[in-house]
Amino acid sequence: MAQFLHKKRPKSQIIGEFFAEWGIRLTASFSIVVIFLIFIFVFREAGGLIFGTAKELKPKVEKKVEGADDLKPEIYNPETGEIAKIKEPEKKSSKKKEEKSIWENLAGDVWQPVGKEPKYGILPLLSGTIKVTLVALFLATPLAIFAAIYSAFFASRRLREWIKPTVEILAGFPSVVLGFFCLVTIVKGVNFITTFIQPGLDAFASGLGYIMPFADSFFREAFTISEFHYSSFVGGIGLGLAVIPIIFTITEDALSAVPKSYREASLALGATEWETAFKVMLPAALPGVVAAVLLGIGRAFGETMIALMATGNAALMSWNIFHPVRTLAATIGSETGEVQWGSLHYNILFFLGILLFIVSFTINAITELFVKKYLAKKFQGA
Amino acid sequence: MNPESVAQKPNKKNVLEFFALGLPAFSAYALIILIILLLAHFIWHGMPGMSWAFLTESPRNNNTEGGIFPAIYGTVILVFIMSLLGVPIGTATAVYLSEYAKQSSVFARAVRFGVNTLAGVPSIVFGLFGVGFFMQFIGKGIDTTLGSDMWSKPSLLWSAATLSVLTLPVVIVSVEEALRTVPQELRAASLALGATKWQTIWKVVLPNSLTGILTGSILAIGRGAGEVAPVIFVGAVYSLPELPDSLTDQFMHMGYHIYVLATQSPNAAEALPLQYSSTLVLLLLAFSLNITAGLIRMRIRKNNS
Repeated sequence: MAQFLHKKRPKSQIIGEFFAEWGIRLTASFSIVVIFLIFIFVFREAGGLIFGTAKELKPKVEKKVEGADDLKPEIYNPETGEIAKIKEPEKKSSKKKEEKSIWENLAGDVWQPVGKEPKYGILPLLSGTIKVTLVALFLATPLAIFAAIYSAFFASRRLREWIKPTVEILAGFPSVVLGFFCLVTIVKGVNFITTFIQPGLDAFASGLGYIMPFADSFFREAFTISEFHYSSFVGGIGLGLAVIPIIFTITEDALSAVPKSYREASLALGATEWETAFKVMLPAALPGVVAAVLLGIGRAFGETMIALMATGNAALMSWNIFHPVRTLAATIGSETGEVQWGSLHYNILFFLGILLFIVSFTINAITELFVKKYLAKKFQGA
Repeated sequence: MNPESVAQKPNKKNVLEFFALGLPAFSAYALIILIILLLAHFIWHGMPGMSWAFLTESPRNNNTEGGIFPAIYGTVILVFIMSLLGVPIGTATAVYLSEYAKQSSVFARAVRFGVNTLAGVPSIVFGLFGVGFFMQFIGKGIDTTLGSDMWSKPSLLWSAATLSVLTLPVVIVSVEEALRTVPQELRAASLALGATKWQTIWKVVLPNSLTGILTGSILAIGRGAGEVAPVIFVGAVYSLPELPDSLTDQFMHMGYHIYVLATQSPNAAEALPLQYSSTLVLLLLAFSLNITAGLIRMRIRKNNS
């Protein structure tokens, strides 16, 4: 009988089946391939910087020996390929003036890519990105997590069916719209408020300074109102709006995934509803909450449009949250369009892209491999 | 236990209880009110400028008059090509994850990891990827083989390709969900009647999850329509003399239009009313798609439960 069934299936069908399955598998590998492609090709465009460092320094040495031979570096070009040729002479001249290696330049604290002596210090960009991310998280995390707790444990079923779609509406806001909102409206509100909240901020800063006396001056600096209109604070509000739905949704899912038996056991032991929520359910879902916050960090770190429109885009190096900042993503967004293709500046912008990619990849890897596995293990058999 | 501590304990507990119950409630209501206010803000400021002419005319006089038709057109064409490119790949990946993959298989876990990672990559990095891969590698490759010079430039095609990669996780996740709602009995019945696995997928599973695939596409379009960062360098332009009519043309884009107008306009104050209207159009576009997808999804869930 079994043989009969086998005979009935024509060979073409078996071959077709084989190709269908492997075609599907091949297509499914696309997502993995794309990750590699992103890394390879963003890396490739930054290549002039990463592989070319030694090569870019070499002609400089030769130049010293041979004197002013401007044609030399243009011919000497084994790796960057044709795009780099156009810009090469100019690059060299700027190099000669600085007499610094490109890595020293990158580690500097001034970002001034245009000018006679371009400075590519990424420290202000990094500190700016971190600052604005911290502001966004500081504003968004408590709100989102508390709202998620309310939605998961305290809200009535009907109310809950309202909360989740409403937050999804916020998730559906294109970031350019949120950026526009910050640019036009939030900035007015912030400027209005800051005219009379300095005493409150002072108190807040000295409070923090009291807790952590070693960082007292740091906190005082961080919370001093400045005359700048657009600042990391304004941008942070916008980024916070973008981050809230992520943190809310993932936290809510994690809280709802905690087995009902936990709650029942806690209530049966005489704990009240809120004690159960905060002392049993929240700790049980903690890995999920951590994942939510991590993914929120990832989003805020790489968000472009809001940062581009609301943070003032000045590469200042300060910890004052009322100073403008220029984030990594905003720098890429605003400068890649105008930069000469293949120039050192172009390479550096792609290098910044790699930094962003690595940060987001690491955050995802941590949540995927560490947090989720922990969560799965914890509730197995529950 | 002495009476003092007994008297103290409930008091402390009351304060704690007040905050433990109050803070979540406050946060939830504050969040909802905030979102409703945000929506109302855009509707309030955007509605006055909305008119048929606004939707069908080209901008005039530095965007203080006229409409945004070219930007709407460009965005719609863009997301249409994007879904043509992305939805088949996303659906195939979802079919693999739901029909072929074994839970323990390393490849399946790698695919899942890839999809999740892709979902977290900042959109600006996709823009750089579009430049580095689609324009500088594939486009340049085509140009050197054909001897042309139009493929390595920013264009509609490369923007759509970049966005299709960006929205791939959205398609995969929602199609996979739809495939999983197809009852196992249908597959079993099909296989029992002698159909092969692929025949079952092609003739039974996929037709039964067509609405799910549609939902995935709509969600992806809603997401793609709002993304600006990836298309800044690969094809979007601020103004165009005429509408794009080939894949290698550049195009106007709603989000990019809003961004440039807001940050680089010479007379921002005068352009503001129409800008609010543009923003409202973009929001309506994104939300109508999201809401449609949500309704379809709810119907699928209801039908299957």
